Amino acid sequence: MSLLEIKDLHARVDGNEILKGVNLALDSGEVHSIMGPNGSGKSTLAQVLARRETYEITAGQVLFAGKDLLALKPEEAACEGLFLAFQYPVEIPGISNAYFLRSAVNAIRKYRGEDEVDAIDFLPKLRERLKLLDMDEKLLNRSVNEAFSGGEKKRNEILQMAVLEPRLAILDETDSGLDIDALKVVAQGVNAMRSPDRAILVVTHYQRLLDYIVPDYVHVLVDGRIVRSGGPELALQLEEQGYAALESAAASSGSAA
Amino acid sequence: MRAQVATATQPLAHYAESFRGLQGSATTAPWFLRKLRQDGFVRFSDRGFPTLRDEDWRFTNVAAIAQTPFRLVPNGGRLPAPSDLAAYRIAEAAGEWVFIDGRFAPSLGSVRDLPKGVEVGSLANEIENNPGAIEPHLGRYLNIERDPFSALNTAFIDDGAYIHIPRGTVLRSPIHLLFISTAHNAPSVHHPRNLIVVGETSQATIIEQYVSLGRGEKVLCNTATELSVGDHSVVSHYMIEREEEGAFNISTLRIQQGRTADVASHSLLAGGALVRNNVHPVLAGEGGECLINGLFLGRHRQHLDNYMLVEHASPHCASRQFYNGILDGHAHGVFHGRIIVHKQAQKTDAKQTNRNLLLSDTAQIDTKPQLEIYADDVKCTHGATIGQIDEDALFYLRSRGIAEASARRLLLFAFASECLERMRAGPAQAYVENLIQQALGYVGEASRIQNHQESVP
Ligand SMILES: Nc1ncnc2c1ncn2[C@@H]1O[C@H](COP(=O)(O)OP(=O)(O)OP(=O)(O)O)[C@@H](O)[C@H]1O
Ligand SMILES: [Mg+2]
Repeated sequence: MSLLEIKDLHARVDGNEILKGVNLALDSGEVHSIMGPNGSGKSTLAQVLARRETYEITAGQVLFAGKDLLALKPEEAACEGLFLAFQYPVEIPGISNAYFLRSAVNAIRKYRGEDEVDAIDFLPKLRERLKLLDMDEKLLNRSVNEAFSGGEKKRNEILQMAVLEPRLAILDETDSGLDIDALKVVAQGVNAMRSPDRAILVVTHYQRLLDYIVPDYVHVLVDGRIVRSGGPELALQLEEQGYAALESAAASSGSAA
Repeated sequence: MRAQVATATQPLAHYAESFRGLQGSATTAPWFLRKLRQDGFVRFSDRGFPTLRDEDWRFTNVAAIAQTPFRLVPNGGRLPAPSDLAAYRIAEAAGEWVFIDGRFAPSLGSVRDLPKGVEVGSLANEIENNPGAIEPHLGRYLNIERDPFSALNTAFIDDGAYIHIPRGTVLRSPIHLLFISTAHNAPSVHHPRNLIVVGETSQATIIEQYVSLGRGEKVLCNTATELSVGDHSVVSHYMIEREEEGAFNISTLRIQQGRTADVASHSLLAGGALVRNNVHPVLAGEGGECLINGLFLGRHRQHLDNYMLVEHASPHCASRQFYNGILDGHAHGVFHGRIIVHKQAQKTDAKQTNRNLLLSDTAQIDTKPQLEIYADDVKCTHGATIGQIDEDALFYLRSRGIAEASARRLLLFAFASECLERMRAGPAQAYVENLIQQALGYVGEASRIQNHQESVP
């Protein structure tokens, strides 16, 4: 059984259908990438999986570790081991990053019937993960993402992933806004998280990130559907040829359907 | 014309009766006090209670107060048991000074840690035993012309707190004045009057806390504090309103600041049915700084009105007003901040900010900045925001495993803690933090919610 199985998923927002029948299966230990042009529905798919309620599911099914993911609340999905690194991380004034991370860890531990950790026990692990991502400890005492640079926000997302140790991590455009050095650090952080018990879904517009996080499979999402799937070479091909050819193919198959 | 209409609908006669009773009984009162009361009563009688047509009262209808025949709480009632007050004590304070319906009740308080020379006690006692210390200050600052409730309070000056902090004194622990409204079987009013005189180069924190014991007929607590702060002194004043949800509470803090004095007024309005807190600093000496920091948490049908009148009367002074409001249910909040910059107050730097979260469609906020500027070289800014809980932030927290209810509370607490961050770290701040946690439903999690202070060593 796959860790994540998406079957014919349709979703809409404000009456517009954005996802028009997505099918996808991921196994533990695998890294998949979803690529696609702007507005094709990549973030919508990611947010639907993280259970954002603004999207209305009109058809389809998603199984996550055998559970009906679409019946879960966002916090339940997180506690079951799903993690989304946001394309646009949210600033939360007044809540320190350190407190936020510990609250999240404890919420998940509680859900699993484990004891909560206090600030002191939590710190060593946190420090180790910070080091991995080459992050300044000062960021822990600042409000969550508030006045963080673009790169700091993205690192902070990966830091959260590294601390929460999900079974499935979805990274939505984690590469955007990063310079090449920061990109390497982030990729290194993600690669350190690769494990046989974990799947990673890398959502990106550009192939660049995939030089550093080499996926097992690449899927191309165009206009709310996966129109091609293949190995890492598909990403290179897209980089050379662009999405245009696939988009026109999708348009004709769309009108035929 | 308008005054006639007002008097016709307001049963003021019983105030006159109470007033005659007070002036007649206390024949021992010194002349200056009798005169103050007389002036206060005349002013109040002329004016009557304010109406919505009064500019300063546009958003707050006090008809419920005006139409209730409140009587002065009679002398010599039964005192509550000390155990009834346990919940309100602040362990790290210099002590508690307890006032029952405005009257000092020394047996209920305790003094733990007060530096030599500092006096804290009853205004009535001080008037009787040392009127020379009172006369130069009492009634000198409070504006009875502008505010009818201040006039009414002055008409009924009887007891309250008197604090004198001599020059060069540093108080490490806060002074806690605990004002208790007790239940009566007829509508009752009391008018605590407080006088706080801080000498030069001193430092102190004073907490006024208003609570209720028991529930009976309507209670109006109409309190006024005159706080005179000498040159170079640093004073924090806290007003904590947490009376029961049927109570009426009108309070005025009149601050007189000397040269480079640094004063902070912090208020937490969480209880009461109809609450109005006036803060009126006059920056009378050069280089003074005043912070007015407030948080109001309203729910059900509470009406919480924050009124500020900030007078810049000297050059190079800075004032900051920051108010955060969280309103749920049918609660109605008001932020009404007026800044007056007098002609001589060049280089004034005045700022006011009011941020509000409305948690229901029926909650309401009125926010009104008013600037009156007569000097030409000044910097005044104001801003107000009204919003709901940030849904993106809520989803972000939930996506990390934090349950919706906890995530909401966390966001509310984060919003409220902006006010905590403007307080000096210490027992008063910790106490207020705890009250906010309680008010926002943190019960049971309190020890863990210290997010803004959780630091990495
Ligand atoms: N909350 C929303 N309200 C209205 N339209 C939305 C909303 N969210 C997404 N859309 C629309 O859905 C479409 C897909 O958006 P989505 O963000 O999923 O694309 P994307 O593939 O992630 O694009 P990008 O590469 O720019 O991140 C777009 O046309 C977008 O305008
Ligand atoms: Mg996107």
